[in-house]
This record gives sequence, C-alpha cells and structure tokens, in this order.
Amino acid sequence: MVERADTILYLDGVSVAFDGFKAIRNLSFVLKRGEMRAIIGPNGAGKTTMMDIVTGKTRPDEGDVFFNGTVDLTRHDEADIATLGIGRKFQKPTVFESLTVEDNLSLALAAPRDVFSVLFARGSAKRAKRIDEILETIRLGHRRWHLAANLSHGQKQWLEIGMLLAQNPKLLLVDEPVAGMTDAETEETARLLREISATHSVVVVEHDMHFVRELDVKVTCLHEGSVLSEGSLDHVSSDQRVIEVYLGR
Amino acid sequence: MISGYLARNGLESRIIATIVLILAAGIAVPVSNLVLDPLHPLHVPTYIVALLGKYLTYALLALALDLVWGFCGILSLGHGAFFALGGYAMGMYLMRQIGTRGVYGDPVMPDFMVFLNWKELPWYWYGFDQFWFAIVMVALVPGVIAFVFGWFAFRSRVTGVYLSIITQAMTYALMLAFFRNDMGFGGNNGLTDFKDILGFDVQADTTRAGLFAASAAALAIGVIVTARITGSHFGKLMIASRDGESRARFLGYRPEMVKLFAFTVSAVMAGVAGALYVPQVGIINPGEFAPANSIEVVVWTAVGGRGTIIGPIIGALLVNGGKSWFTGVLPEYWLFALGGLFVFVTLFLPKGIVGTFQAHIGRGREKRKANRAEDAQTPSGAEVSPVGAE
Repeated sequence: MVERADTILYLDGVSVAFDGFKAIRNLSFVLKRGEMRAIIGPNGAGKTTMMDIVTGKTRPDEGDVFFNGTVDLTRHDEADIATLGIGRKFQKPTVFESLTVEDNLSLALAAPRDVFSVLFARGSAKRAKRIDEILETIRLGHRRWHLAANLSHGQKQWLEIGMLLAQNPKLLLVDEPVAGMTDAETEETARLLREISATHSVVVVEHDMHFVRELDVKVTCLHEGSVLSEGSLDHVSSDQRVIEVYLGR
Repeated sequence: MISGYLARNGLESRIIATIVLILAAGIAVPVSNLVLDPLHPLHVPTYIVALLGKYLTYALLALALDLVWGFCGILSLGHGAFFALGGYAMGMYLMRQIGTRGVYGDPVMPDFMVFLNWKELPWYWYGFDQFWFAIVMVALVPGVIAFVFGWFAFRSRVTGVYLSIITQAMTYALMLAFFRNDMGFGGNNGLTDFKDILGFDVQADTTRAGLFAASAAALAIGVIVTARITGSHFGKLMIASRDGESRARFLGYRPEMVKLFAFTVSAVMAGVAGALYVPQVGIINPGEFAPANSIEVVVWTAVGGRGTIIGPIIGALLVNGGKSWFTGVLPEYWLFALGGLFVFVTLFLPKGIVGTFQAHIGRGREKRKANRAEDAQTPSGAEVSPVGAE
C-alpha cells in the first residue's frame, strides 16, 4: 500500500453525480511524486470529470482528494489550486488568441497573481530568460511575436503545454494533448512529455494508443467512473474487461 | 514637453498625439471664444463651446465603457447610471450654491424641499456645500456602487448577456428610485436653476470656457489612465480574462477580480464625466438613468471602435455631432438614423471606424515586426524547425 505522504495526488473513494448521473463512483487513484501516468477509457468514463475535481472546478459529493500528501483540494478553488502547483491543459487547445506567443507565456510565468501586483509588474531579465528557455523546449521560438490565433492546431497544443511549464507546477494534468495532431507532431509531443516528466509529476489522458505506447508509462483504464484496470500497457490491454468496454469497440 | 514626459512613460505615439490634440483643443476653443472678436471667422460662439464641452464628457463616458467592454468583454448596458450618479453629486453641490437666491429664499434647503414642506435637510445632503466634498462623492458614489454590484455579479460568475441585462435592470431601478420625490433628489424635475460654481456664474462665457477646458483635461487624463492600464501587464491579463476566462483561472488568476477592478475604475471615469456634464447643460434629472441612454453609449463606442483607445472618443464625437446636425434638419428621423448606423456598423465595420483602419495598417506592421524578429533570431542557430509545423 502507498502511504498518502509519499503521493503527489491521492484520491480515495471519490464520487460525484450530476443530476443523478454518477459521473465518478468510488474512484481511488494514487500518483507518486515524479511519476507519469496515462489514463485511458471510453467516452463518459469520467476522465475529464476527474481532472475537474482535482483542479477545483467540480466539488466531489464524497471522498478525499489530497495534493502533495497533505493539501485537501476539496477546500480550494481553481485559482488557489493553480497557485498550489497544479497545471492543467484542456482537451481543446485553450490559449489567449489575441495575445502574442510571448505574452501568453509571460502571463503564465510564476509570479504574484493579485490585481495590484499584476498592475505594477515590470518585465525582468530573469523572466525573459525563462521565456526563452520555454520557447526552445516547445519549439516555438520563431513564432514568438506572432498572435497565438495564427498558430497551427499542434502549435497551440504546444504553446499550452509551454504555459503549463511557465507556471512551474508540481503536477501537470494533460487532457488529450495529441488530438488532431499529425503523426510527426504526435511523436514530438510524446518526446516533449517524457522530457517534462523527468522533473514533474504528470497525468496524461489520451485515446491514441500509439501515443500511450510511446509514453511508455503505467496506465490506468477508467470505466463508468471507476478504475477498471491498472498496470503496464501490455497488462491493461490484455485485460479481458478492458478489451470488452474499450479496445474491442 | 508634455509629449516628452508621456513618451518616457511608455505611451504609444498615437496615444500621445491624441492627448496633445485634446489639450490643444482644450486651450484653443476657449481662447477663440473669449479673445477673438465675435465677427472673426475663427470665433467659436458660446453655445458651440457648451455643445463641444458636452461632447467631450460623452467621449470620456464612451472611453470608460470601452475599458470594460472593449478590453474586458463586459458589455455594460448601465454605464449611464454611473454618469448620472456623478452628475447628481455635482448637481447637489450646485443646488447648495444657490442659497437664498432660490424662489423660496431658504438659505440651506433647495426649493423642491421647501415646496414639499420638508423641515430640514436630509443627512445625505450634508457636506455638499463644500466643493471638495462633492468632488470626492463624484468619484466615490459611482465607484462604490460599481464595486458592490461587480462584487456580487462577477463572483457569481455572471457573464455575457445575463450581465448586460442586470446592468440594464440596475440603471432602470435607479431611474425609478430617482423619480420618487421622497428620495430627496428633486424627483421628476431633478436638479436645475444652478447659479454658480466655485463662485463663478455658470452662465458666463468665461465659466463655460473654463468648464470646456476642464472637460478636455479630464478626457486627456482618462486617455492616459486607460492607456496605462491597458498597456501594462495587467492590460494583457484583461484581454486574457476576456478571451479565455477559464484558462486564466487555471493559471491561478482570478478573472472576477480583474473585471471588478476595471469595472470600478470605469465607473469612476463615468462619474467624473457626468459631473462635468451637469454644469454645462444646466440640469440633471432621472431621465439620465434611462436604459436607452446607456445603450446609446454602446453605439458610440461600437461606431468608433471598441478595444481601441481613440475609437470611443471619435465615435462619441461623430455620433453626437451627427445627432446635433440631424435633429436640426430632420428631427423625426434621428432615431431611425441612429438605429441604421448601428446596424451598418455591426454588419460592415464590426471593429468600428478606428478598429477597421488599424486592422489595415496593423496587418502590415505586425508582419514587419514578426519578420524583423525572425531575422534577428535565425543567425543564432538556436532555432530547430519544428516537426510538422505549418
């Protein structure tokens, strides 16, 4: 059994219902510090709802949600949780379209978030250097001055991942990062996430089995709001129940 | 000198040109009115000074709306309320300056209170015999009401059309309240028959010229404040909260606080505009709270170009200039013309006059800037061409 103190994310007996529909039922999920985990499962399995619970968008009806072993996430809102160190990438790439790539990253950089700090914030060499580093990691240096609206779909996904990095979170939640990407972009993204997982804890939700194989990490399969199977990709994909509800279709 | 100071503070040349132009008008119009002979071709008659002064306060109101609508995406259909509240605060000061010159000659109470058989001045009229107190209230009352309104609306995450509807409801409720005689603000008739401001006769040419110059100065300050806020890191956060509210939230920001700040600043600007408007038109009554007034402000801003700083000013001046001209020539058709203008702008100039103009020259500028940046980066060899990009 894993001790709660050793975990970055700890969900125990979590349930949530929307108008009587149980989106998550008695879900338990544990992520160790520094671990990268892939989550798979059919539509409606509760993958996105689980992320909503962790990031404070949805409050669970029952169950424990702990971050870093000690912080009870059910007591905080989205902005608090982001400041605590949880970054989230949405399913649909969500960047600030009418700002430049640089401004997008600059807003994401870790810094005081209250109104008056932002109002009197000044740029600094340190911030500029950090933005340079991130631009290099996400391969968007040449688009620095362009509006985010003019990026390709894959580049927007990378920019959003870059914004997560700028936030410098302890835990990254990444929802379908390769949806709509070309094969080459998919491989590049897998490489990028592996690079990030060296220094961060990561949860990746993905449908693309080829991509999950590329990631080469432990896999959790959700079904109807709880864990169906967990283990290596080979173990999970040979599980008869997983084949029935998900892979077989 | 002024432009040098502004440039050091990081304002764009276009903004500086606008400020200099406003200040130049603020000096030139009063000077021409007071110094030049009435028969001189460049002489500006007094009624035009008052009219232009009114337009300047409208421009400040449109700029205030643009700060929340253009930059934060909050379509307030109740900004006329903040304008009217600032106007009432100034009107209360002007009423108390009348003193014994009123019809009933009461040294303290305004005529309408004597007429209603009130025995003493209501507590909320205390202090308004002092100019400084009235000025504080001009900013404070709209600011506090906007803050309280925004606190509840934004924290409950009311957005879009729902927010617009409750801002309409707010101004409508205030209008009904101010129509009541028991409220103590002159009811239906409002506040009027002003005599003097700071000891100067409000009807005098020199006072009108002074009020015009003050309106120009207030507009210039409004431009500087708006440009500084929108040009800062906070300005980017405003746009970020407008375009991706939940993204901003998951980055750790509180968009509701961003909106609350902008909404409050904007309400104060609108209040100042109203305070300058009242002595120039000589009356403030509950009609200023009419929902249609607030909607008209939206039309000015949309015509000029929301999300730009110059746009709302140009929109307010053009539409109101058009209104003055049109109502002189074909009075019955003005509302049709206004409606038609709004439809035309929405269909063919969705970014407004200034926005459309800027998009044309801006496209080239952004391309050049991006190209320059690319040229500067390529030789360093740091760029690896991204796989599968573009």
